[in-house]
Amino acid sequence: MSSEFHKKLHNSPILFALLATVAILVGTMVTMFYPMMTEQMHPKLENLKPYTALQLAGRDIYQREGCNNCHTQTVRPLKTEVMRYGEYSKAGEFAFDHPFLWGSKRTGPDVARIGGKYPDAWHYRHFDNPQAFFAESNMPKYGWIKDNKLDPSDIEAHMKALSFPYTPQEISALKDKTEMDALVAYMQIIGAAVTQKPAAAKPAGEREHMVNPLAGNAKAIAEGKELYKNNCASCHGPDGKGDIGPSLNLVDNLFLYVKGDLPDDAYFEVISNGTSEGAVIDGRKAKGGMPGYSGSMDKNKIWALVAYIRSIQTK
Amino acid sequence: MADYQFDNQTVKGFIVSSIFWGVVGIVIGLWISIQMWSPSWNIPPYFTFGRLRVVHTNGLAFGLGIGSIFGLAYYIVMRLTKRPLLFPKLARYHLYLFNVAITLAALSLFLGMNQSNEYAELEWPFDIVVVILWVMFAINIFGTILKRKEEQMYISLWYIIATVIAVAVLYIVNNLSIPAGLFKSYHLFAGVNSANVEWWYGHNAVGFIFTTPILAMFYYFLPKSTGIPIFSHRLSIIAFWSLVFAYLWTGAHHLVYTPLPDWIQTLGIAFTMFLIAPSWGSVVNGYYTVGADWSKMRTNYLTKFFILGITFYGLQTIQGPSQGLRIVSQLIHYTDWVPGHVHMGTMGWVTMTVAASIYYVIPKIYDTEIYSIKVANTHFWLVLIGQLMFSITMWITGIQQGALWKAVNPDGSLKYTFMETLVKNYPFWQMRTVAGLIFTVGMLFFIYNIYMTIRKGSALAASRA
Repeated sequence: MSSEFHKKLHNSPILFALLATVAILVGTMVTMFYPMMTEQMHPKLENLKPYTALQLAGRDIYQREGCNNCHTQTVRPLKTEVMRYGEYSKAGEFAFDHPFLWGSKRTGPDVARIGGKYPDAWHYRHFDNPQAFFAESNMPKYGWIKDNKLDPSDIEAHMKALSFPYTPQEISALKDKTEMDALVAYMQIIGAAVTQKPAAAKPAGEREHMVNPLAGNAKAIAEGKELYKNNCASCHGPDGKGDIGPSLNLVDNLFLYVKGDLPDDAYFEVISNGTSEGAVIDGRKAKGGMPGYSGSMDKNKIWALVAYIRSIQTK
Repeated sequence: MADYQFDNQTVKGFIVSSIFWGVVGIVIGLWISIQMWSPSWNIPPYFTFGRLRVVHTNGLAFGLGIGSIFGLAYYIVMRLTKRPLLFPKLARYHLYLFNVAITLAALSLFLGMNQSNEYAELEWPFDIVVVILWVMFAINIFGTILKRKEEQMYISLWYIIATVIAVAVLYIVNNLSIPAGLFKSYHLFAGVNSANVEWWYGHNAVGFIFTTPILAMFYYFLPKSTGIPIFSHRLSIIAFWSLVFAYLWTGAHHLVYTPLPDWIQTLGIAFTMFLIAPSWGSVVNGYYTVGADWSKMRTNYLTKFFILGITFYGLQTIQGPSQGLRIVSQLIHYTDWVPGHVHMGTMGWVTMTVAASIYYVIPKIYDTEIYSIKVANTHFWLVLIGQLMFSITMWITGIQQGALWKAVNPDGSLKYTFMETLVKNYPFWQMRTVAGLIFTVGMLFFIYNIYMTIRKGSALAASRA
């Protein structure tokens, strides 16, 4: 370009502003506007459903409280990330998300696969007082939203704005619900279109019979106690007598709601893979709600936990 | 000079307002830094981390950032066009509306009215006010430039023009929403597309609020303060056009490893790498300008603000692109590394340059000298130490977090639960609060210095009258 052109350009505000606009619009067109016009930006998984009125009300609260400032909702396709959180995120899961809530910082864990991971009761109590579950958690307490009733007419307006289908009954049922009910309903639907049920434990016959190599080992029992405190006590109670989750066969001689104990390897299976509703383990039907820990604990840790549980059972 | 008196008071109004909102933003920043390691500092419903963090980012970006940009852009445009503003009254109403808007915006965020798009959280009625503010600004900037009395447009004017255009496009598109109530709306875009639009906006908000207008200040006030002309006009032309062209392609580096189509991510990463060149064009231009006489670093108290500012801009624009690379992103994305990066830009580059520009402008408006160079030097060292301590602790804890999240046992299972990785951040988060306090004390020295200069200037003006 000649220096005359430069001179003219930099002495003519209108020409300059036009050229600057063009410069700005090229990248905008290629990376933002063009993809928007194509199918690739509007994928939808077949089993993905719009939010119900209660779930949307919960999502509104998630937005209002700025949960996305500390929790992401995208699992990256990285090995350790899939182990920690579950199946990596798919483009088609977010078709009804106005806006996306992927976030940009994990002060707390990702929640893309939280739906169905824990029973409702876990969420109610955790929102109420996160430190009761994890003493060193830095999450604020959200018990106060239990006292706020939902406003059905507001939520109906929100459903209309997004053109989500709803029934009048669904809307009128909201008046008896609290913000906490809505938030928990939302938590439980996050990732539902992708979340895979944890693999059901293999039946006794097919399972390789394993004996706890750490049974009765004092060091392992001490390690197991620590693991129990950090991972299990929130649902099974500080002393294993049951709470949100069942008792660990301490007082009622029940294992998976049936009388009679099972061998160590059944404990190992349940801790490793968790339970899903209706899964059958050694002929006993699970109710679901127990997450699997094989991604976050190695075999020795799980055996140490079993050793610890046995140690409190015999007391 | 009399012509300029009214406009000068508007400029001063913006500067004082931006400092006020800066204090609000910084105090809330300190507060949320404590919440990170002491959750009992959350006071629901209005003062929990999730709400306050948004007030912190918006308060500083819109209050301190845009407020000082409005004021200093008016100042620069008047000097470079050799005339007062074309619409002085409009600029004054612009100032009033700005403060009303920021007040209401802050209240709305405390109340939890939140669109949940980062740096575009304000609900739709406030978006409309922001657009009105921007149009008021644009009318005066373009009008004054069109009616200028100096033919050639200096570099700073280019950057201001680009800022006005780009921010308008970005802000309007990303805030397109479906209203669902007076203070509630939903992003017009959904899912992956919503993410792509948001980060096209989000990254370019950095580009056209924290970069181009600050470069306009740098290119104007550095030669003014030192008396040395900019080293290369040609370099500034190349740097300008390649910067405004390349910036808009890069938003997707915020979405590496998300479900966004790979080609958009890769294109974003490639242009991000390219962006190092124009960014460093300005860095080199700044260094070579002062290179004509490095003794200015000692003899002129403002030079070191500008040179350290542009140095952090240079480091920022090397670190940023390297973070975009997939190999780096997979380790540090979502960790505290990222706030460490952001704060080097905001506390190091932006605040340093804006503060130096204000140090230059306020005495000029009153035709006097700064109250105390000693206080300014104390301010300089405190904000420098505070910012370095902040960024470095966050980089360390960010790498640690990334590594702990990835750590596996010999049998392939994860080594740490999330809680185990979280508690290891606590000492670093506590150190960050200390760093923030040091920075804040530095800013108090700055405010005191400006306050005393204005007091001195007002007394002088009264005695002259």
